[in-house]
Amino acid sequence: MDFFAAKNLTMKFGGLVAVNDFNITLKRGEIVGLIGPNGAGKTTVFNMVAGYYEPTEGTITFSKNIINGKKANEITKLGIARTFQNIRLFTELSVIENVMIAYHCRVKSTFLGAVLRFPLYRREEKMMHEGAMNILEEVGLASLAKERSDSLPYGQQRRLEIARALATGPELLLLDEPAAGMNPQETQDLVDLVIRIRDNHGLTVFLIEHDMKFVMQICERMKVIDYGTTIAEGTPEEIQNNERVIKAYLGEA
Amino acid sequence: MDLAQFSQQLINGISLGSLYGIIAIGYTMVYGILRLINFAHGDVMMMGCFFAYYGILMFSLPWQFSFIIAIALTAILGIIIDRGAYRPVRKAPRISALITAIGVSFLLENAGIVVFGGRQKAFFRPEMFDSIITFHGIRFLNLAIYVPIITLTLLGIILLIIYRTKVGRAMRCISHDMETTRLMGVDVNRVIAITFAMGSAAAAAGGILWALKYPQINPLMGIIPGLKAFVAAVLGGIGNVGGAMIGGLILGLAEIMLVAIRPDLSGYRDAIAFGILIIILLFRPTGLFGEKLPE
Amino acid sequence: MDVHHRRNQILSILAIGLGFVLLYLAQKYLTSYQVRILNNCGLFITLAVSYNLINGVTGQFSLEPNAFVAIGAYTSALLTLSPAEKAMSFIIEPIIWPLSVIQTPFIISLLAAGIVTAIFGFLMGFAVFRVRGDYLAIVTLGFGEVVRVVANNTQTITNGPLGLKALAPYTNVWWTWGLALITVFYVSRLVRTSYGMAMKAVKYDEAAAEAVGINAFRHKMLAFTSSAFFEGIGGGLLAHLITTISPTLFTFFLTFNLLIMIVVGGLGSTTGAIIAAILVTWGGEFLRFVEEPINIFFIHIPAVPGMRMVIFSLLLVLMMIFARHGIMGTREFSWNWVVDRMNGLKFLLRNRG
Repeated sequence: MDFFAAKNLTMKFGGLVAVNDFNITLKRGEIVGLIGPNGAGKTTVFNMVAGYYEPTEGTITFSKNIINGKKANEITKLGIARTFQNIRLFTELSVIENVMIAYHCRVKSTFLGAVLRFPLYRREEKMMHEGAMNILEEVGLASLAKERSDSLPYGQQRRLEIARALATGPELLLLDEPAAGMNPQETQDLVDLVIRIRDNHGLTVFLIEHDMKFVMQICERMKVIDYGTTIAEGTPEEIQNNERVIKAYLGEA
Repeated sequence: MDLAQFSQQLINGISLGSLYGIIAIGYTMVYGILRLINFAHGDVMMMGCFFAYYGILMFSLPWQFSFIIAIALTAILGIIIDRGAYRPVRKAPRISALITAIGVSFLLENAGIVVFGGRQKAFFRPEMFDSIITFHGIRFLNLAIYVPIITLTLLGIILLIIYRTKVGRAMRCISHDMETTRLMGVDVNRVIAITFAMGSAAAAAGGILWALKYPQINPLMGIIPGLKAFVAAVLGGIGNVGGAMIGGLILGLAEIMLVAIRPDLSGYRDAIAFGILIIILLFRPTGLFGEKLPE
Repeated sequence: MDVHHRRNQILSILAIGLGFVLLYLAQKYLTSYQVRILNNCGLFITLAVSYNLINGVTGQFSLEPNAFVAIGAYTSALLTLSPAEKAMSFIIEPIIWPLSVIQTPFIISLLAAGIVTAIFGFLMGFAVFRVRGDYLAIVTLGFGEVVRVVANNTQTITNGPLGLKALAPYTNVWWTWGLALITVFYVSRLVRTSYGMAMKAVKYDEAAAEAVGINAFRHKMLAFTSSAFFEGIGGGLLAHLITTISPTLFTFFLTFNLLIMIVVGGLGSTTGAIIAAILVTWGGEFLRFVEEPINIFFIHIPAVPGMRMVIFSLLLVLMMIFARHGIMGTREFSWNWVVDRMNGLKFLLRNRG
């Protein structure tokens, strides 16, 4: 059984077919890219996987569970975390709170236990705090823990969003255009970061990206879609030399 | 219930329902464009009634004039409310606009109490609307025939403006995408002002008809019809002008018929609208008017 | 975490102690009119702080507190009245069994008020949290109206429009301020737990909250039900403060007052809700003069009922336009802030002297 598999995924909005018969399997530990021109349906695929849309057709299986139709928060709990194309932090909360929140879904204390600060909650709070600090350390934001999250520069906000996703304890991480808006140095740091967290946390990474340099460096395998339909898949080298891809996508760049 | 009684209730239901409908149009137009529930809409209707009342009483205008002037004044009031209260919060979070609308609603009601006094006032009913029609054992005020005719005519005019004029096209564009419409060079604020004017004028017309039907007016009279008209707008699919009228008719008929069939439940009449609203929520949470989670 | 945790705890306890000493002096030396205002302040702190939990902290703008307060008020009143009193006041239709025979002590009645209202809030939540934004507002408003209509019509339970009269005046400053203290303690503790953080996350970005595994619906329900519980007890205190309740008492007007409080205080700030509850309650009394006839030299202004509400609604609109964040925004009171200020002041004084 595959670690993650999407079979015949189709998403229709009224008459519009946003994604048509999308198939993919991921092996544990892979970094796989999903590319394609704007409006090709990439984010729609993510939204189906992460539980924001219910696929019109098809099934998604993840470590032996069929997950399509489940709610986003349930899917997160099962071990799939995501980031968003446009950064979506909890702006008025501090950097560390943004990460601590991600542990909340695993908290065992009841709300009353938390309000009355029973020993179990105190232990859990300590664990949340330490866990969040460790992750911030890992992504290089520990020194900014008490800042408001919207006061961070753009590149660091992206990192914080990844840290937040990591804190949910995922096995599969979905990154939606993580390098968007970054300068070359930040992009290079991001490559290192993604590979490092993959190795440290035993993650599988599935990402959408437009920055070809980034994708070519980091992905072991990629899939190209256009108008909701898969047009190619293979290693970065194969994709680079694929006629259809060059025509649909790289040719434009 | 025999046929005569049924027809009697049908006429009552249609005339009440078309009043809800005409008031609902204002809600639906403003919501369609601004995504704002104009809480003050029912109170705008109340103001229309008082304008007409004072027109006849203080300036001794013939009622036709008084009504037309009242409708015009209410349209201007709508523009003033938009300019003074809603436009400044247009860029603010939606909740701020909603709170503003609640504030405007209370402001109108209480300013009404201060200026007009809180007591009931008898509204003048012209002779033209004051004759009883008897027909095969059914008796009703001829007003019951005028109300649907007038409201349907107004609906027709509003639909013509929306679908056959430049301003109407601009309204439809704004409801689709305000920013793009602005970039196209449309004076968005002006179109919104016109929307408020039209919605308020329709409310005033509805309010005057309401006052003719139930000739007691007071500054709080707009609250209940306003809330019910909102439910009518939701029933008909908010943003949909024709639907608002249909929603109003459904609601009016439901109220009248329920009370006719179960007179012992007449005390619950005002709860029916919300009962309907809550049932829609339970069974069609996203169908009629729920918003999907943002992507 | 906070190095000053212990110190702050001691400061809080001292402040509360001082507060109760002041209350003792107040109810001993103030006039009954002033004590009534004091009671209203305490009561409105409870209502505003718990309303703010759902509207401000969790960001689910709803308009139902009048319904919650009504349910709490009726529940507690029906429980404290003796069977004989109930038989006497239900003159049109007799009260149904078992309400006709039950009588419980005040504190049990209050708890029952809280629990019944919380259950109602919990059930209502299933319906209303299927929608968000403006729709949530209007549907919760609708529930408020429905509760009022039901109270008017269920003659055998609520005595209809006649209402319930001659309730024992149990409520005093200890009850109102005691409940305020418990509510503030609960809400301010809750918002600092991970449950509270999750509520804020739902407010700022529901989709992102779901993405980190937060069940938005559950946290809305938690905030809503908690809010209902305290509003219900508050309703019970209200009933035994004014000793007569009828459906007209629980109109949208009550909700509007609470809305002004949480907006003036800053949506989301418990501290703000407390300050504003006091300001608005006291301000409402202070502004009474605008509704009374005024004589300035030769100018005579007759009494204008409704003027205070004109001022308050104008205030609400102006706040939205010019000062959307209210007094506190989403900030909260903290001892650290106070101590820092005090140290700063000391430093200033020393340098000057």
